[in-house]
Amino acid sequence: MSMNALYLRTPLRTISDVLYRNPRLLLALLLGPPLLWFTVIYLGSLLALLWQGFYSFDDFSMSVLPVLTFDNYARIFAEANRDIILRTLAIAGAVTLASAVIAFPVAYYMAVHAGKKMKAFFYIGVMLPMWASYIVKAYSWTVILAKGGILYWMVGKLGLLPLLEAFLETPYVGGSTLSTSHFGRFLVFTYLWLPFMILPIQAAIERIPHNLTQASQDLGADMATTFRHVVLPLAFPGIVAGSIFTFSLTLGDYIIPTLIGPSGLFIGNFVYVQQGAAGNIPLAAAFTVVPILLIGLYLAFAKRLGAFDAL
Amino acid sequence: MHSDAGSPWWLKTAAWLGLAFMHLPIAVIAMYAFNTESSSFSFPLQGFTLEWFGKAYARQDVREAVWLSLKIATQATLLAMLLGTMSSAALYKANFFGKETITLLFILPIALPGIVTGIALLSAYKLAGLESGILTIVTGHATFCIVVVYNNVIARFRRTSPSMLEASMDLGADGFQTFRYVVLPNIATALLAGGMLAFALSFDEIIVTTFTAGSERTLPIWMLNQLSKPRDTPITNVVALMVMLMTALPILGAYYLTRDTDSVAGSGK
Repeated sequence: MSMNALYLRTPLRTISDVLYRNPRLLLALLLGPPLLWFTVIYLGSLLALLWQGFYSFDDFSMSVLPVLTFDNYARIFAEANRDIILRTLAIAGAVTLASAVIAFPVAYYMAVHAGKKMKAFFYIGVMLPMWASYIVKAYSWTVILAKGGILYWMVGKLGLLPLLEAFLETPYVGGSTLSTSHFGRFLVFTYLWLPFMILPIQAAIERIPHNLTQASQDLGADMATTFRHVVLPLAFPGIVAGSIFTFSLTLGDYIIPTLIGPSGLFIGNFVYVQQGAAGNIPLAAAFTVVPILLIGLYLAFAKRLGAFDAL
Repeated sequence: MHSDAGSPWWLKTAAWLGLAFMHLPIAVIAMYAFNTESSSFSFPLQGFTLEWFGKAYARQDVREAVWLSLKIATQATLLAMLLGTMSSAALYKANFFGKETITLLFILPIALPGIVTGIALLSAYKLAGLESGILTIVTGHATFCIVVVYNNVIARFRRTSPSMLEASMDLGADGFQTFRYVVLPNIATALLAGGMLAFALSFDEIIVTTFTAGSERTLPIWMLNQLSKPRDTPITNVVALMVMLMTALPILGAYYLTRDTDSVAGSGK
């Protein structure tokens, strides 16, 4: 029986053979549709956005005119808008620092001390809150921070209400109640992005070879010294990798600032208000360049610190 | 790196406190859904009731929002599974100039802030004269869901030994048969896990959706509108618990489907 007897010539097989002999054609057929989707819909949209930034907005008729201008991009540097950018950067930085501090012990415990079962438990324990609905988590915090809610009840039971009142009077941190305070907003942001910080740090610590810490101990270093000179430098790229998420997610958020905390615009809110209520899409479009640039700069900085090897 | 030495008590405490902190809001939502009180968030809770579940189910606007979100998440997930699998099949062993740029392009929709993606899509739809609706929402969701499927499936492709494909071809299977009987069973769990993650991501998405939804109200948008209406608090609590479950369950599923492999699904959002 010759080989060809088994080899039935069906139309499908003919197509299959052609594709097998032309790997480039196969590649083009597979990659074509997704690539087309991304270039037309996504890149196309981004270009449309940047292009709209050059259009004019007529304040009297509240309409967009296809007259090209640099005004929108120039307005980014106005005094009031600089405040918005600095305010957003400040909270993004604070949230990043706080999440790193809270995340590190969790990640370290997961990577070094937890056994196989405990590690799986922590892993799911971190992943569930990370993926659980964003808007529900935000809502839950408005419930927790509300006057008469859980947090006030707990502080009251501990007899610390006067202390909380005093804390809320601190400028730049406080506010009239917990849910309208800067601290409340900072707490919610830190909560939301914390898992994004834990997982990269955990992965980085996990990759530290055991014999390095052993060698450090053999050479007479105590635990604190080993931690400072061996573990921390090797875990640092993981922290930077996590900070990309905490920084970028805080920078682009516009829902938390409207739900929790005092008034005062953030980059996200400004863009949202301009395109929505004001209908000034050109100004909103120009302003989105700010987060894009800031994140671009941050990514370049993170790359230099070795964060991408830790992702 | 794993040491069997006992962990210091303060480290253990800090780790468990961190974990508890992450679950506090979830526990709170679960508690308040059964609360008897209807107009405030006062604590301790007044009593236990199942009344609001029935009331929420009877609400027309809730049902419409749930149905719309399910429809959108399903369509976006199917699109993402198709396009994500195609791109990972194309890229896992290919090496050509510009490949890095293409992978960067896939990641861009989740790397850039949602507000940028949202307003970019909105301005493009406006320029193209497209009316906002289900189609525009699904298009946006699929764009950032593709990368989730892509990441999961390409990791599995990289682990699949090329000799399996060669063996299948040697035994006389054509490319399509090899795909159906060798490739697909191999990537099935990774594809399913990626699909579940994409579903959870789409079901819960709000930042991009507010820009592309027009007058449509998905469940997260319904939730957001609800936050300023104190009268509907019990209904909101119940729906919040439901949304929480709808997004958490796919994550557990994805985790169990891929837990024994190199890259566990869900470790990056």
